[in-house]
This record gives sequence, C-alpha cells and structure tokens, in this order.
Amino acid sequence: MDALTLARLQFAATTVYHFFFVPLTLGLVWVVVLFHTLWFVTGREMYEKLTRFWGKLFLINFAMGVVTGIVQEFQFGMNWSEYSRFVGDVFGAPLAIEALLAFFLESTFLGVWIFGWSKIPRKAHLASIWLVAIGSNVSALWILIANSFMQQPLGYVLRNGRAEMEDFWALITNPHVFVQFPHVITSAMATGAFFVLGVSAWHLRRGAAPADREGFLFSFKVGAVYALVSTIAVSVVGHNQAQYMMTIQPMKMAAAEALWETEDPAPMSLFTWGNEPQQRDVFALKVPGLLSFLAYNRFEGKVEGIKDLQAQMEAKYGPGDYVPPVMWTYWLFRVMVGAGIVMLALAAWATWLVLKERVEGGKLLLGLLVPAIALPHVANAAGWIFTELGRQPWIVYGLQKTVDAVSPNVSAGEVGLSLVVFTLLYGALMAADFYLLAKYGRKGIEAVALHAEEEPAALAPAQA
Amino acid sequence: MDLNILWFVLIAVLFVGFFVLEGFDYGVGMLLPFLGEDDHQRRRIINTIGPFWDGNEVWILTAGGAIFAAFPHWYATLFSGFYIALLLMLVAMIVRGVAFEFRSKDKHPAWRATWDWAIFFGSAVPALLWGVALGNLLQGVPIDADKHFVGGFFDLLSPYTLIAGLASVFVFLTHGALFLNLKSTEPIRSRALAVTKKVGPVATVLVFLFVAGTYAWTDGFRGLGLNPGLVPLLAIGSLLGAGALIHREHPGWAFALTCVTIASSTATIFIALFPRVMVSSLNPEWSLTIYNASSTPYTLAIMSGVALIFVPLVLVYQGWTYWVFRHRVTAEAKLEY
Repeated sequence: MDALTLARLQFAATTVYHFFFVPLTLGLVWVVVLFHTLWFVTGREMYEKLTRFWGKLFLINFAMGVVTGIVQEFQFGMNWSEYSRFVGDVFGAPLAIEALLAFFLESTFLGVWIFGWSKIPRKAHLASIWLVAIGSNVSALWILIANSFMQQPLGYVLRNGRAEMEDFWALITNPHVFVQFPHVITSAMATGAFFVLGVSAWHLRRGAAPADREGFLFSFKVGAVYALVSTIAVSVVGHNQAQYMMTIQPMKMAAAEALWETEDPAPMSLFTWGNEPQQRDVFALKVPGLLSFLAYNRFEGKVEGIKDLQAQMEAKYGPGDYVPPVMWTYWLFRVMVGAGIVMLALAAWATWLVLKERVEGGKLLLGLLVPAIALPHVANAAGWIFTELGRQPWIVYGLQKTVDAVSPNVSAGEVGLSLVVFTLLYGALMAADFYLLAKYGRKGIEAVALHAEEEPAALAPAQA
Repeated sequence: MDLNILWFVLIAVLFVGFFVLEGFDYGVGMLLPFLGEDDHQRRRIINTIGPFWDGNEVWILTAGGAIFAAFPHWYATLFSGFYIALLLMLVAMIVRGVAFEFRSKDKHPAWRATWDWAIFFGSAVPALLWGVALGNLLQGVPIDADKHFVGGFFDLLSPYTLIAGLASVFVFLTHGALFLNLKSTEPIRSRALAVTKKVGPVATVLVFLFVAGTYAWTDGFRGLGLNPGLVPLLAIGSLLGAGALIHREHPGWAFALTCVTIASSTATIFIALFPRVMVSSLNPEWSLTIYNASSTPYTLAIMSGVALIFVPLVLVYQGWTYWVFRHRVTAEAKLEY
C-alpha cells in the first residue's frame, strides 16, 4: 500500500477510536453534573454515591479520550503536511483556540474535581465538574468549526497558493457548524444515556443489592428520559443536517442513497445492492417519492443523481472522479440511521416502563439494554466514516483533494510503522479500558463509592 | 514589534510554561519506581503531581496548536520531518496519561507494576526527546528549498543533540526531585533530596557541555560573542545556585532556581534561533523563519486577541489549583485516585 492509503487508514482508525470515547465523555459528564448538583442541593447521601459511581466510570473513559486526542492534533502535521500548509492559516486557528479555551479548562478542573473531594469548598468542587462539562463541550464546538471548514469552506480567500483567512466571523458562524454541532452533541448525549441505562439495567435485571437498588432505579429513570430526549433530538437535527447537506454536498447525499440518475419525484432506497463500476442497481427496493419528501418536505422535487453531479463537477473542477465509494457511503448511512431507530424504540420502551413504574418487571428490555450500550457507538462510528468518506475525493470540499494533502516526505514504511504501533497500542489500551469499565460497572454503587477494594495494602494498620 | 515576533515570543512562553511545569512531572515520573518502596509510597509520589500533570501537559498541546495557527509551515515541516521521534513521543504521552488514571484501579501487583513502569517510560522518553528536538532546531536539519524535511530519523541523532537530550533528562530529574521533596513527607522527602545531590551535578556538567556544544556546533551564539547576554548567563547561574542551595538543604529556593534555569535555557534556545524557527543544514537561505513560515497578519491579529485574553485567564486558574493543592501529600492522607 502507498503512503496515501496508509495515512488515510491511520486517520480513519485513530479518529474512530478517539471518537469511541469522546461522545461518552460529552454525554456522561452531564449525568455526573446532575447527580453532583442534586447532592449539593439536597445533601442526600444517595446522590453523593451516585456522583462517585458514575464519576469513576466517567474518569476511566475520560483518560482515553484525552490521550487519543493528542494524536489527532499532531497527525495533521505528521501525515498531512501539504494539507497543513494549504489550510493552516484558516484551520490552525480553531485548533489553537480549542486548546487554549477548552483543553486547559477541562484538564485543570478535572484535576481539581478528582483531588478536591472534602479538600475544597463544596461550591468550588461543584463548580469544577461544571467547568469540565463546559470545557469538553466547548472543545467539541471548536473542533467542529474546524471540520466544518473542510465540509463547507467559508471565510477564506485563495491567495499565495493557499487558503488564507479573510473573515474569522464567517469561519465560526459557518452554517454547517449549526447543523453539525447539534448532531454531534445530541448523539453524544444519547451515547451517555444508553451507557447509564445499560449499566443500570444489568444490575436491576439480576436484582441489585438492596443498598444499590434505589440508586440504580433512579439512574435508570434519568437514563431513560435522557435517552428519549436525546434520540428524538438527534433524529430532528440529523434530518436537518441531511437536508442541508443536499444543498452543499449533493454528491455525498446522492451516494448515501445510491441515486445514480436524477429523479423527480425521487424514491428513497430501503435496500440497494449496486454495481459500482457500472453505476447501476443490481437489486433495489425503493419507496416512491420518499427521498423528495425527506429533502423538501413534499412528495415531489428534483433530486440530482450521481451521474449528473459527476458531469457538473467535471465542468466546474476539470476532469476527475468525483464520486465517493457509493456502497460504503450507502451502507454506513443506513447503519447509522438504523441504529438510531432501534435506540429510539428502546428509549421509548424504557421511558414507558418508568412511567408505569414497572422497570424491574421488564426483564426483556433490561436484557436488551446491556448490549444496546454499543448501539450509539456503532452509529457514531458509521456517521463519522460516512461524512468523511462521502466528501471524497476532497479533503477540503472543492478546494483540495485528499491525494494532494499527504506529506510528500514521509514514506509508506514510516506511515505503516506508525499505523501498526497505534493499532497495537490502542488495542491493548481498549482491552484495559473495557476491563476496568466492566469491573467498576459491575461492582455497584456502594462498593465503588466507598472504594473499599482499592485501598492499597499499605494502608493496613502496620504501615499506615 | 510586529505580530510575527509577538507569536514567536508567545510560542516561546508556551514552551517555557510546558518545560517548567511538565518538567517536574517528568522528573517525578522517572523517579517513581526508585523512590517508592511499596505500593502506598508509590501512590503518594504519584499524588504529588496528581492534580497537576494533565493541566501541565496542555501547555504543549496549546503550543502545537499555536504553531499550526501562527506558523503553518513550521508545523508541517517539523511534524512530518521528526516523524518517528514524534511517534515515540506520542506513544509515551498516551501510555503515561492512561497509566495515571488506570494504575490504582486494580489491586493486582503486576497490573500496578506495569503502569508504574509505563509512567517511568512515559516520562523518560519525552524528557530525552524534547532535548533532542530542541538541539536539532538549533543545530539544523536537512530542509530543502520547498520547506520539506529530507532527512530520516537518524539524522536527528548527533553527539550535540544527544547531549541536549541527556541534559534535559537530568535537569528534569533534579527539578522533579526538588518538587517531590517539597510535596512529600518522610521517608520520601529525604530520599528525594538525596537524589538531587546525585543528579544535580550531572545536570550541571551536561548543561555546560550543551553550552559548549552550542558554541562549537551551531551558529546560535555566533552573533552574541563570548558574552552571550543576560538570559543564558541566568540559566547557568541559577543552576549553580540551585546546586549550592541543595547542599545547604534549602530545597524550596533551589526549586525556584531550577524553575529559572529551565525557563531561561528555553528562552536562550529561542533567542539563539530568532528569527528562524527551523534551521536548514543544507542552505541557510532555506531555513524557516517567522516570516516565510507564518500565517497572514489577519490570522495573527485574531489569534493575538484570543491569546491576550485567555493566556492570563489560564495562568490565574492554574495558579489557583497550585494554591489549593499546596499541602504535602502525607502518609496518613486519604488518597484520591
């Protein structure tokens, strides 16, 4: 494989891996914030224990999100130096701002929160977890401002052979940010919600210890409502984003539907197996007019197909292949939406049981919710690969092609070596992380809150 | 002073902040397996830097982001050029960060020993590589007319850059041992001071060798003559002063002086580089400078506004955390992890 392919594989692998942990951080932090705030306001011991229990799981996950993020920041320069030269004047700014505004805030106050129990005033301790939550969400905003420039470049001018910033305000108020940021944040909330639901369900299903029962029932309630609200929200904002993408990256959305020809009204494909080289369906099941409806909220309207869009882009950008890998794009989109639909159904079911006060009787649902912890992660990964793959052949839409962005002076051997190293390292860390999450998740609220087991042996009276 | 100079100074400040703060984290991390006799002592050692290390590390992430934003060609050439070295650095930063969080979450001795050694390597490798990297910036690396690094990993290793690497390891060891002395109680406290008496002189010799090497093998001081000016002399003087204070058992003042040493040596390297950011060993004309590697004045102006508001804010709240957690980590303390 050449350096370009390896660099793309590495970016995909490290990004998906990073984004495995980040949404859980973003979503779960609000649960910790809620319990900590309830504890602060009411002074009830149960809320303190819940804060400690979910806080412990939050911390195990947080560390992984932080360290994998370092690779993300450095890899633009390592593997994509021509990209960095071409867009650095525009793209570097949000990255630097992210570090200055968000990384400092979340890292510093996370330390304060971990080590501040009973050492600092209660108000300051509560404020520190709020600042961690705000910091991590501000971080998401700035990195998505940067990504939005790659999806829909705005606020720049082409000068001196590179993209130079002309209007900072246009860069940060890019309309793409306003469809992408809500989508990422709500899906992250759903990720956190399903984590809380799944862990609580595991305990409730096998009959939680008496001391833990109330806590897990309460967590389940919180998780159910959180899951329902966030999955509904992610559907709405995801739909908005899809409609918006039809206007700015019609090729991505045509590929997402495997729509070869321009059609009016356009059908929505439920299942397509296509012949990509010949750009035709082998087998397809379609609902007439539905794609037009999704695009324009009415059952008619022209949706442009891949072949016409290819012709338009050739006319605009010169000869070349402007079609992303259609079957990948098509199926990733369906995996994302499909996972979302299942999540919506599960969240509604869980909320219904909460309202009926029959949570512990719903053994089937409780059993389903444990593996359902994985569903939002599947949707998150599919969604990101979809949006980045669907933009190909561009790295910055309409401005720079991926093939022109790779570091010319880094050999395939070097990229290959780093890909192997990251894969092995990330694999080992994933195993350690899952081991700890499962271990602490299973322990239960009481055991984790009192951290009975982890007192080191040296604390025994002989040496203490 | 134009904005290019302002950003060069700001990036130097970020590096100074990083080396002064993360320097003692690295030192403590390298000493962890040797100064903690049992698990509880090792946990106490970790907790001396527990609340700080993550915030300290952000200084380098911000420096990286600032280089990208203000000098994109510097970012592109440096990161693609020092590829394998950076890969090692990233691996070290990753295992170290995870190790702090994971090591106490299981009781098994093998689990804890593994993560303790991860902290050791995750501290020692960057401590060495940062010195090597800065040495290379000064000594020059093969950069062609198109701003591309055209060498390999082994081009980065020379007697001069290895001396720079070892000097940074030993300076950080001294700095970290002093910090540990100030933040711990017996028996760790005395052991840490004993370490400074051993590693401090080695650090001093290495720094002198580094200075001599800089005169001999780089053009960094060429414009300065034999009297290099206040900042480099401050670096040497504070290090000698720290040694004297260690022997008089004044670790607090000695630590203040190693802070000055690290800050002024970092500043010296940036002064010697100025106005270049990476020296080309192939042709002086091909060196990257704060002008040919920079962003536009517009971007620099925007970023200046952001930095002038937020850097002081960061200093205030990070300073506050050092105040909050100023007390020694005692044997009786209920350890949080």
